[in-house]
Amino acid sequence: MRHDNVITSKQLSREDIETILDRAAEIDADPSAVANAYPETILGLLFFEPSTRTKLSFETAMKRLGGNVIDIGSIESSSVKKGETLADTVRVIEGYADALVVRHPKQGSATMAAEFVDVPLINAGDGAGHHPTQTLLDLYTIRENAGLKDLSIGIMGDLKYGRTVHSLAYALSNFDAHQHFISPESLQLPREVVFDLHQEGASVREHESLGEILSTLDVLYVTRIQRERFPDENEYQKIAGEYQIDMNTLEAASDDLTVMHPLPRVDEIAPEIDETAHAAYFEQAHNGVPVRMALLDLLLGDAQ
Amino acid sequence: MSDDTSADDTAHELRVSKIRNGTVIDHVRAGQALNVLAILGIDGSQNEEVSVGINVPSDRLARKDIVKVEGRELSQEEVDVLSLIAPDATINIVREYEVTSKHRVERPEEVQDVLHCPNAACITTEDEPVTSRFEVLEDGVRCLYCGTIVRESIADLID
Repeated sequence: MRHDNVITSKQLSREDIETILDRAAEIDADPSAVANAYPETILGLLFFEPSTRTKLSFETAMKRLGGNVIDIGSIESSSVKKGETLADTVRVIEGYADALVVRHPKQGSATMAAEFVDVPLINAGDGAGHHPTQTLLDLYTIRENAGLKDLSIGIMGDLKYGRTVHSLAYALSNFDAHQHFISPESLQLPREVVFDLHQEGASVREHESLGEILSTLDVLYVTRIQRERFPDENEYQKIAGEYQIDMNTLEAASDDLTVMHPLPRVDEIAPEIDETAHAAYFEQAHNGVPVRMALLDLLLGDAQ
Repeated sequence: MSDDTSADDTAHELRVSKIRNGTVIDHVRAGQALNVLAILGIDGSQNEEVSVGINVPSDRLARKDIVKVEGRELSQEEVDVLSLIAPDATINIVREYEVTSKHRVERPEEVQDVLHCPNAACITTEDEPVTSRFEVLEDGVRCLYCGTIVRESIADLID
């Protein structure tokens, strides 16, 4: 990998992605080999938006590599509350840490932040923009369960605002996957993303109903449709209901179908699916640690 | 400067009077002349002498607009932005009634600090020390921070 920063999945080539996933697999197989690889290293966590999984798994990843983390804590108690710009905050924390992880509600925030610092910077979500490390753990999970070759994947739910979806779609265009996007019309992929995917020559099809293509899928990636996207509660209930899955839905699916979800789920996936061989979403969340360890190892290893 | 002005063109040139010193922006896409003035920040308040021809016949474009500004030579930065809405334009610099240089606009790969991003969720719309940057596409511009693509009404985004 020749990158100093990881801002979008678009910037990652197939080779970059495979390098990271291969390293993650090595670490996954033998975590003790890297248990003290970065004893002096401090990772700065700058989360300007709530996060559970991403933040904790970055923290775990750094600690499992032998390093430590510092954290600006909640926005309420930090200097941001006093009106400090993001550009100033990252420049200050850069002096304390060897690499930064930034989540911020504005699109393009990580791109901007990276312009102000010399240490490696990882985007942990910039508004409705990108979330490349989620994508890497998604790809790792897909590779472990269904393989990335000749993949047919359905991505369902809120495709408009879901940054995990955008990042995943960009990355999958490197692997010649057949990508099916299933959503209500009002939550379709942004036209910018479709434009880019076509530019990349990706195989992209949009559907309003899962039934049309469920039987052809190797992976079904479900995302949450958020209540606040709908002005009307009834409208939300009606639409969200059409994009939930249970055992009945999966009768039409292949036995080998892998079901994924970035979590947290509300009621998109019925709990009865959890105990079946289809369910990969908890494994997916766990994969966040080895994948982020691999990414930190590659970024920090290059920097050393 | 010798040019290939036909009798027909000369007649149209006369519709908008000759200038002594300044810039003639020719072959502007029909209907964009007022946007060209907006980009240049020309609204008459500075007493500039400006002549505008809208929808005049042209060999190259069928219909074109033409803008003549007395007493002002355009900077490269102004020409770059102009290229976004008038990609076929030619810029003639006039001194003492003579065209001293004539060139077509070239679309830059990127424009900085001239447009603002229409996406309210973009970091460049915040109070951050950041300069807006747009990649120039074949048929629009794209914010290099949030990725928003703008194809229409680019002139509305001029700062």
